[in-house]
Amino acid sequence: MNHGDMAWMLVCSALVLLMTPGLAFFYSGMTKRKNSVNTILSCAFALGLASVLWVLVGFSLSFSGDVGGFVGNLNWFGMNFDDLKDTTLACPNTLAFAIFQMMFAIITPALITGAVVERMRFSSLFVFVAVWSVLVYYPMAHMVWGGGFLMKLGAVDFAGGNVVHITSGVSALVLAVLLGKRKNYGKISYHPHNVPMVFLGAALLWFGWFGFNGGSAGAANELAAHAFMTTNTSAAAAMLSWMLIERVRDGKPTLVGASTGLVVGLVAITPGSGFVPVWASILIGALASPISYFFISVVKNKFGYDDALDVFGCHGVGGIWGGIATGLFARKSVNAAAQWNGLVFGDGNLFMRQLAAIGVAVAMAVAGTLISAWVAKLLTKNIRVSRKDEELGLDISEHGEPAYPAFNGMD
Amino acid sequence: MKKIEAIIRPEQIEDIKEDLKALNIKGISVSQIMGSGCQRGYREYVRGTEVDYNFLPKMKLELVVADEQVESVVQRIVETAKTGNIGDGKIFITDVLDAVRIRTGERGSAAIK
Repeated sequence: MNHGDMAWMLVCSALVLLMTPGLAFFYSGMTKRKNSVNTILSCAFALGLASVLWVLVGFSLSFSGDVGGFVGNLNWFGMNFDDLKDTTLACPNTLAFAIFQMMFAIITPALITGAVVERMRFSSLFVFVAVWSVLVYYPMAHMVWGGGFLMKLGAVDFAGGNVVHITSGVSALVLAVLLGKRKNYGKISYHPHNVPMVFLGAALLWFGWFGFNGGSAGAANELAAHAFMTTNTSAAAAMLSWMLIERVRDGKPTLVGASTGLVVGLVAITPGSGFVPVWASILIGALASPISYFFISVVKNKFGYDDALDVFGCHGVGGIWGGIATGLFARKSVNAAAQWNGLVFGDGNLFMRQLAAIGVAVAMAVAGTLISAWVAKLLTKNIRVSRKDEELGLDISEHGEPAYPAFNGMD
Repeated sequence: MKKIEAIIRPEQIEDIKEDLKALNIKGISVSQIMGSGCQRGYREYVRGTEVDYNFLPKMKLELVVADEQVESVVQRIVETAKTGNIGDGKIFITDVLDAVRIRTGERGSAAIK
């Protein structure tokens, strides 16, 4: 066993775990004060539920064997695994791999919650996350990384642009539509109660993302350093790009905008961080912001869906752009796991497969979300809080726990 | 001119805002307060001993309206803010001697139009 690799992978796993609380703060800062606790707990509980599910069935269903190219089997129930075969991802040993992957299984469902804040019942969300993990996440992880059909097809996803961001982003959109709009949708767009908290969350996400992408190299090697650099560069370019857009459109760059921009850049580079050259990450990041911005400000208003914290606009769209960009800019010289170069280097093979993989992810997300929401509704009767509870705030209605007990604020 | 001071549950503020817009009331001040009425807030027990006087968060609205509007505004607020439970709040109506619009110097009813 390589000590450097093991140390790196364990540290990266810890970094990725930190991203879930980071996400919680990122989201919570952008919601109304009366929903702060609920927003945080909606992300945080995944640390508990997704971890236990992973140990029991998740790792097995994602990476043990293969059933129809779609999902694994249950031979490794309760982490009773032998050795990992049939995956392109390197690892110091199977357990370290399972630990690292677990952190991804935690944050992915947590991402969805941003779209449904301020109106989804907590018990319904709990059931939803459990079912969704089994119906969408484990099969997707298997198909893209665990020897399933997308991996055999040759589509690539270095750190989870497809498995994590497209699935959660699209699922978020579907769930937001199922739940319906918040009471004051259309009158007030955003109501961040704590802007510094938004940046705190974004900063933790950026920091943790070095583990997310860097650790996806599976070893402490040159590829990890490469992914580290593309990650930082894309985030940086996207942050500047978003600030520029705000400067041009509204006259002033904002902290929430800068935070959103950097997250969008991180999302976009995720599938290609270990495949594209560093110069390409500048383009990927710089373009990620306007694309997401367009979806958030124009498309969302046109269709009138209440994706409260723009999970689809940032993660869904960012992930789709990232998957396409990987098909454009990938280089075999960066990572031999890519079987072809990207489109700008004259080869369309990878590009087409990337599009196919994106299509599959979208389809899985839509179908899986509809079924998961249906199960949640079956078990918890109502997935949306009552009008009265929506007015009172979910901190009180779902948890009986005000975030800042000294005072209720209008923020 | 009369001043209407309404102490209501905080979660009603959005609906009341809409109502006042519909009634064409232009000026309003809103503050966050803590308070309690006859029931003294709620009962809390610490180690078996009852703690006295707990204040609950409320919202206070203050608006100055023309005499003719007072009744319609009061009725609307009561209708919207009422839940039937203890803690719905109170409305106080007082006389206003004069009003001034600072920007233009207008006084009296012209100042609150």
